[in-house]
Amino acid sequence: MGHSYEDSKKKVLRIIIILGIMTISEVIFALYGKGHLIEGVSLPGYIVSLVMILMSIAKAYLIVYEFMHMKYEVPGLVKSVLLPTLLLVWAIVAFFWEGSDWKKRRNLISDKNSQTINQDAKQEGYLMLERETYQL
Amino acid sequence: MADVAVHTHDEVTGKKAWEGGARPFGASYGKLMMWYFLLSDAFTFAGFLIAYGALRISMPSWPVPDFVFSTFPGGFHHKPLYFVTVMTFVLLFSSYTMVRAVQEGQRENKKGVVFWMVLTIVGGLGFLGCQAWEWNTLIGLEHMTVTVNPFGTHVESGIYLEGDGHEIKAGDTFNAGDSYLIHKHGGEWEQLKYKVTDGPDAGQEKMQAFGPKAFGALFFFITGFHGFHVLSGIIFLIIILVNVMSGLYVERKNGYEMVEKIGLYWHFVDLVWVFVFLVFYLI
Repeated sequence: MGHSYEDSKKKVLRIIIILGIMTISEVIFALYGKGHLIEGVSLPGYIVSLVMILMSIAKAYLIVYEFMHMKYEVPGLVKSVLLPTLLLVWAIVAFFWEGSDWKKRRNLISDKNSQTINQDAKQEGYLMLERETYQL
Repeated sequence: MADVAVHTHDEVTGKKAWEGGARPFGASYGKLMMWYFLLSDAFTFAGFLIAYGALRISMPSWPVPDFVFSTFPGGFHHKPLYFVTVMTFVLLFSSYTMVRAVQEGQRENKKGVVFWMVLTIVGGLGFLGCQAWEWNTLIGLEHMTVTVNPFGTHVESGIYLEGDGHEIKAGDTFNAGDSYLIHKHGGEWEQLKYKVTDGPDAGQEKMQAFGPKAFGALFFFITGFHGFHVLSGIIFLIIILVNVMSGLYVERKNGYEMVEKIGLYWHFVDLVWVFVFLVFYLI
C-alpha cells in the first residue's frame, strides 16, 4: 500500500475525528439555521439545506475514499463504480420536477373544489364558474 | 497508459488478460463483485430517498423533523436531533473499529482482527438498539403507523379553542409552519378545534388534520430497510468472526480478505446512514 501500518493507523483516527466534528457541526448548523439555538434567529431554508447536502457529500467522500479504500483502487474500478451514480442526478431532477407538478395539481383540484358553480348555468347543462358567466 | 498495464497484466499471477486467471482492475473477484453489489444497493436506497423527496415536495405541508424526532431516553422532550446524533456516532464508531479490523487483518494479526470485529458487532447492536427505542417511541407513545401520521403542520395561523391536556391549552395561538401531534386517548384520536386568524379562511373553525400519510410509510420503510442492512451486516460479521477465530483465513494467506469485503459492506451501511440522516433529520 506504500505506507506503514502505524501511519495508516494514525490516518484513520484522524479521519474518524474529522467525520465526528463534521457531524456535530451539521447538527449545530441545522439547529441554528432553524432557530432552535438562539431564539428568533434563523436562516432561509435553502441555505440550511444546501450546507447540509454539501457536508453530507464531503462525509460520503471521506467514507468511500478513505474507509472503503477507493483512493487506492485502480482508475478503472473507481470509474466503473462512481460514474454510474451520475445517473442519479437526472433521477433527482426528474422526480423532484414531477413532485412539484403533483403539488400544482393538488392545489388546482382543491381550488376547483372550493369554487361555487352558477346554478342557472348548471340547469342548462353548463358547468361554468360564477365569475366566468359575468363576462358573457 | 499505466492504467492499461494493470488491465492486461495481473500483478499477482503475472498473466495477460486473455490467458485466464488475470484479475480485472487488480482486484479479486469477491471484492470487485462487492463493489458492484454496493453500487446496485446504492441505487435502491437512492430510489427510496428520491421517492421521499418527490412526495415531500408534492405536499402543502410536511412534518417538521425537529418536532417529530425530539424525544430522548429518560423521558426528555424538545431535544431536537439529540438522539439521532447519538445513533450517528454509534455507527461512526463501529465504522472506525471496522477499519482497524481490516488493518490488523492486512498484517495477519488474528488477535487484533477478533478484538476490533467484536467491537464492530457491539457498535452495530448498539445502533439497532437505538433504532428499536426510536421506533418504539413513535409507534407505542406517539401512535404513528405505516398508514396513520399524527404529526401535522399548520398551514395558517390561528387560536386553539380547546386544550389537549399535554402542552396545548385553550386560547394558545400558533402560526403557519408550527407543528402539532394529535394524541390518542383510550383508542380515540383527539383532533383539537381551532379558529383560523389569517388568510382566506380567517374566522372559520377547523379541526387539526392528520399529517401526510406517506410520512409514516416512508419513515418505517426506509429506516427499516437500513436497519435490516445493519442486521444482516451483524450476522455476516458474526459468521466471519467465527471463521477468523477458527483460523480459516490464516490458511488462505490473503491478508484476511473476507474481513475487507465485509468491511466494504459495513462502511456502505454507514454511508447510507449519512444520507438517511440528511434527508429525514437534517433537512
